[in-house]
Amino acid sequence: MEYGIFTVGDITTDPTTGRTPTENDRIKATVAIALKAEEVGLDVFATGEHHNPPFAAPANPPVLLAHIAALTQRIKLSTSTTLITTNDPVRIAQDYAYLQHIADGRMDLMLGRGNTGPVYPWFGKDIREGIPLAIENYALLHRLWREENVDWEGRFRTPLQGFTSTPRPLDDKPPFVWHGSIRSPEIAEQAAYYGDGFFSNHIFWPAEHTARMVALYRARFEHYGHGTAQDAVVGLGGQVYLAKNSQDAVNQFRPYFDRAPVYGHGPSLEDFTAQTPLTVGSVAQAVEKTLGFKEYAGDYDRQLFLVDHAGLPLDAVLRQLDLLGEVVAELRQHEAPARVEEEVSA
Amino acid sequence: MRTVAVVTAGLSDPSSTRLLADLLSTATVAALGQDARVEVVELRPLAHALTDHLLTGFATGDLAAALQTVTDADAVIAVTPVFSASYSGLFKTFFDVLETGALDGTPVLVAATAGTARHSLVLEHALRPLFSYLHAVVVPTGVFAASADWGAGGAGGELRRRIDRAAGELAALVAGSRQTVRLDQFDRDLAAMGDFESLLNGQ
Repeated sequence: MEYGIFTVGDITTDPTTGRTPTENDRIKATVAIALKAEEVGLDVFATGEHHNPPFAAPANPPVLLAHIAALTQRIKLSTSTTLITTNDPVRIAQDYAYLQHIADGRMDLMLGRGNTGPVYPWFGKDIREGIPLAIENYALLHRLWREENVDWEGRFRTPLQGFTSTPRPLDDKPPFVWHGSIRSPEIAEQAAYYGDGFFSNHIFWPAEHTARMVALYRARFEHYGHGTAQDAVVGLGGQVYLAKNSQDAVNQFRPYFDRAPVYGHGPSLEDFTAQTPLTVGSVAQAVEKTLGFKEYAGDYDRQLFLVDHAGLPLDAVLRQLDLLGEVVAELRQHEAPARVEEEVSA
Repeated sequence: MRTVAVVTAGLSDPSSTRLLADLLSTATVAALGQDARVEVVELRPLAHALTDHLLTGFATGDLAAALQTVTDADAVIAVTPVFSASYSGLFKTFFDVLETGALDGTPVLVAATAGTARHSLVLEHALRPLFSYLHAVVVPTGVFAASADWGAGGAGGELRRRIDRAAGELAALVAGSRQTVRLDQFDRDLAAMGDFESLLNGQ
């Protein structure tokens, strides 16, 4: 089981001070957050990809991840998500294979379609073709990392004849791929077909949506002969705001929650906490809520938390990570002994 | 047993919109001439949850149950007060957050209330196109009640005749339709998906 954080790189005004970070502030803060994640014992740092304000996530995540790789020793670098629809799969193959070499294999990536409508036409694509783009582009990416001389003809990019994507994956082992989707069964099916990982964003939706997608993926993973449904590789998102004392957490986070870009001005913090995986409280509360996820997702493989959004300043996020380190240490104590032994021997 | 869902967007209590909705559902059950269950969805208590749904993208609690009731119904009676020459924002929000396909082929009776009869064409220029867009089957007779209709000669006269005619049309559509289990978006996507090889081949 891996624990980590994922960021969307939003630039949001801190509602308690009125201060808006510059792009430079946000970019440097993202690096500091990744380093802190390693320091507190997390396994994964994942960055989003963005092409529009108010985000300062990289348009090409390997640029950021290669930099972090140089400053860290252990943490695995990933994405949340890499846009498989609007990026050229040839560039994904090349840029991420290069990152894999630079990071000595300490990376993987999560593919997503992207839900910002205008991004598609900016790159000459059509959002209504989101699913066919994800399927065709990944079919090419999958081959580019496994075959040296690729002949290719599809609907969405110019044909290739005898093309070799460089650099080749490190030790001829293609980077591990997760497919992320909130509610499109085609993407769960795609992940199962290839025996790849499936990641459910999980955080803005009630649990039953996640449960259905994960159940579909697990059943189809087994159907395609990659192993049992329990062997399927599942990742979930989560969201926490932590304090030593749970009432302090609620008081501190409420102004950020109430004006958060995604759900602000809507449900109360209390309702949203009850309805979604969000925990605003103590380390013990976050541990308890997170342990509950496997009741509907089964034993799963990766848990990523969102901690650095909605205008929270860097020092607050770094304090969050200290507490998240405590959450993760406790979660590891609850893991089934078999899984712990596997990891020790691996 | 057939189910008639009644969506009513009246804001006051008592509400003439709810009153009209009740007259329509009673007349529809009588016209059906068989066991029928009426499920009333009052939108006022769902107003906060509807706004939350707009902002978060998902329904919770009573709103989730109300959306399911309408999705599963054999017929829908939709009644709104007229606000600024159209249905009320609350009424529209409910149908905005209803899943795509939830009313495909569902018989719908549209009705509205207002202070004066000058608003009566709102049924034809606002409600009927909305439900046509949602692929519902709207009965030919819409029912409009102005304040004056609740007085002398109203509910007992012209309004009553329109209620009975519309209810008869709705009941005939229900009687002629088969009871079906409607799949939700996820299951419809799943059913439409086919196998992955055909997706890969761009089919």
